[in-house]
Amino acid sequence: MSTLATPLKGHAPPPEAPHPAAAPDPATDPMVPRPFRIVRVKKELSDTFTFDLVAQDGAPLGFRPGQFNMLYVFGVGEVPISISGDPAVPEVLVHTTRAVGTVTRAMWAMKAGATIGIRGPFGSAWPVETARGGDVVVVAGGIGLAPLRPLIHTLLNQRESFNRVMILYGARTPEDILYKTEVRAWRGRFDVSAQVTVDRATGGWSGPVGVVTRLINAGGFDAPSTTAFVCGPEVMMRAACDALTRKGVARGKVWLSMERNMKCALGFCGHCQWGGAFVCKDGPVFNYAAVADRLPVAEY
Amino acid sequence: MDDVSGLLRPADQSALIDALTARGYTVLAPVRQGDALTVAPVTALDQVARGWTADQTAGTYRLRRRDDARRFATTPAALPWKRVLHPPEAHLWTARDTGNGFEMISKPEPPPKQALLGLLPCDLAAIARQDKVFDNGTFADPVYTGRRENALLIAATCAQAGDTCFCAAMETGPDVRSPCDIALTELDDDAGWLVEARSGKGAEILSGLPLAPVPDTAFTQRDAIAEATAAAQIRTLPADTPGLLHRHLDHPHWQAVADRCLSCGNCTNQCPTCFCSNTEDVTSLDGTIAERRRVWDSCFSLDFTYATGRPLRQSTESRYRQWITHKLSTWHDQFGESGCIGCGRCITWCPVGIDITEEAAALAALEDAAEAAHA
Ligand SMILES: Cc1cc2nc3c(=O)[nH]c(=O)nc-3n(C[C@H](O)[C@H](O)[C@H](O)COP(=O)(O)OP(=O)(O)OC[C@H]3O[C@@H](n4cnc5c(N)ncnc54)[C@H](O)[C@@H]3O)c2cc1C
Ligand code: SF4
Ligand code: SF4
Ligand code: FES
Repeated sequence: MSTLATPLKGHAPPPEAPHPAAAPDPATDPMVPRPFRIVRVKKELSDTFTFDLVAQDGAPLGFRPGQFNMLYVFGVGEVPISISGDPAVPEVLVHTTRAVGTVTRAMWAMKAGATIGIRGPFGSAWPVETARGGDVVVVAGGIGLAPLRPLIHTLLNQRESFNRVMILYGARTPEDILYKTEVRAWRGRFDVSAQVTVDRATGGWSGPVGVVTRLINAGGFDAPSTTAFVCGPEVMMRAACDALTRKGVARGKVWLSMERNMKCALGFCGHCQWGGAFVCKDGPVFNYAAVADRLPVAEY
Repeated sequence: MDDVSGLLRPADQSALIDALTARGYTVLAPVRQGDALTVAPVTALDQVARGWTADQTAGTYRLRRRDDARRFATTPAALPWKRVLHPPEAHLWTARDTGNGFEMISKPEPPPKQALLGLLPCDLAAIARQDKVFDNGTFADPVYTGRRENALLIAATCAQAGDTCFCAAMETGPDVRSPCDIALTELDDDAGWLVEARSGKGAEILSGLPLAPVPDTAFTQRDAIAEATAAAQIRTLPADTPGLLHRHLDHPHWQAVADRCLSCGNCTNQCPTCFCSNTEDVTSLDGTIAERRRVWDSCFSLDFTYATGRPLRQSTESRYRQWITHKLSTWHDQFGESGCIGCGRCITWCPVGIDITEEAAALAALEDAAEAAHA
């Protein structure tokens, strides 16, 4: 447990004593984190880990693929993290996080049994239902696979609703491939085409090397009937959306998930604004046709 | 019930403050503090500024004696009313470490009951803008909405345009247009206040006051005061400003503004519609008590867009563009109206005198010139 005596951000003094007002109800107040117990920690990569969490009040956290939660480490801070579990199993909340800074490093140090505060779920979802009857292309870059995993679960749970299903995944090196066991299982299925490319080959890597757009350019999907779901670094998403539309996929059938600084997830703090959108409530999942003009604008 | 109106003669005006106080309201009104007119709690009418106004131009604010006894012809107050409903620092909750997790032990203090006396029409419009921000259809912010529900709004017809004002162009004044509880007009020659109930709450208060009948000329005078104030305004915005800004996100003009802009955030602090905030998580010395606070923030601060290991809007030009585009363009996308109500504070309080109306006009002129060169 942190014993920070000074605030992480800003310069306010530490609180003296709690206000005597009645305690809020975390189950109904979207401003207030609900305590969840970490029941399992899995170290995925050298800097990336997955928590399985169970609500201390027992109420499952239902969500739609693509939505996110605000994760609070007691006394340290709060960060937006996508939900990575199977929406068909809401009893266990799954989050995969890369340790990059103050809060996510504090999470990295936590063990099973510890408590995390959760607010959510927030934001828009991957519109899986709009893809029914056609081909589906999932394009992921790096940690971007985490927000796409609930979508992939749903696609595979309802496999007969879709025509071809392609998963195109780019990682920096073979050591950076997330969810290796699952990726292997997807690759082993006859009804899924899962392809992985790396920026830089190491060890015994015999697969493709290069950016993920190459896998898009190689085709293998029926463009007019294809719905695409894209998540990764912004440069990668720009390139992927561009490659998909050049292949003939309609802009209105390409979906992407944006990342912006978020403090509230409720539309109040203004930090997540991207043009006229509040990414926390109008996104994070956007339709490419609606945002194609602002996606290339630098520092927007 | 809402159509109560009357004349409150100077000798009876204290009764309004007394009636508000008796109902448990803290009354806030324009007061003179040093060389500025600000907003502060008052308990008696003589604490409300009388016969003062302020001359405001780009980068300057000067207190001036009026040649009449008006109290609300102040031009926009130097400390905006915004802090009354959206406080610069708000407590959100406190949690305690139980040794086996944590539990919530408190939430925001009960909202204070506040009467805002002498709001200018622009500031009243700003409250209507913030109402939509803090109750956005999906979530309602308990801090703001609690204070707002408990608030009583008394707005005054504006009798003094500042040099930086442009409420007429933004269609938010100088008459009292936005929803409030009581509309008040200071009639000429200190003849008294024309008071008109605009809500049931307002009517209830007015009906307990010693009101004289409304003089025949009062409503004509009210409209004439507003018209004269509108006529005195010199600033406006170009046609289709939302579209103009939307078309030029990458315009080199933003660099020209950035060369002057200090990125200080005065404009966002002063702007009565700016709502952005940051979260502070703090703990007690022994680490067992954690508190979350919300503090005002500004899109001019570098950390505002911190993500993926760096600030997204690193350049001053991108931050100025965010400010002006949000106020005048993307606010329309979000809430169906402008984020600017034309109070001119950002112009007055900019240390280098950057003028939001001039920058929009400059962009329009550059667009026209480019089109002319093309034709
Ligand atoms: C919708 C959404 C979904 C995300 N999903 C995931 C995910 O599934 N897995 C994952 O590893 N990461 C995800 N991220 C990124 C993750 O939120 C950041 O890596 C994290 O906030 C970094 O916080 P920190 O304190 O550890 O880092 P620091 O770099 O120390 O951050 C410093 C400060 O900046 C703030 N900050 C930094 N980045 C962000 C950000 N993007 N949003 C808000 N505040 C930020 C932090 O709160 C902190 O106060 C997601 C981001 C968004 C917006
Ligand atoms: S942008 Fe400037 S003029 Fe417009 S409401 Fe804000 S402070 Fe007033
Ligand atoms: S102009 Fe900047 S500080 Fe003001 S509301 Fe918009 S983003 Fe927030
Ligand atoms: S995260 Fe606060 S407005 Fe979106």
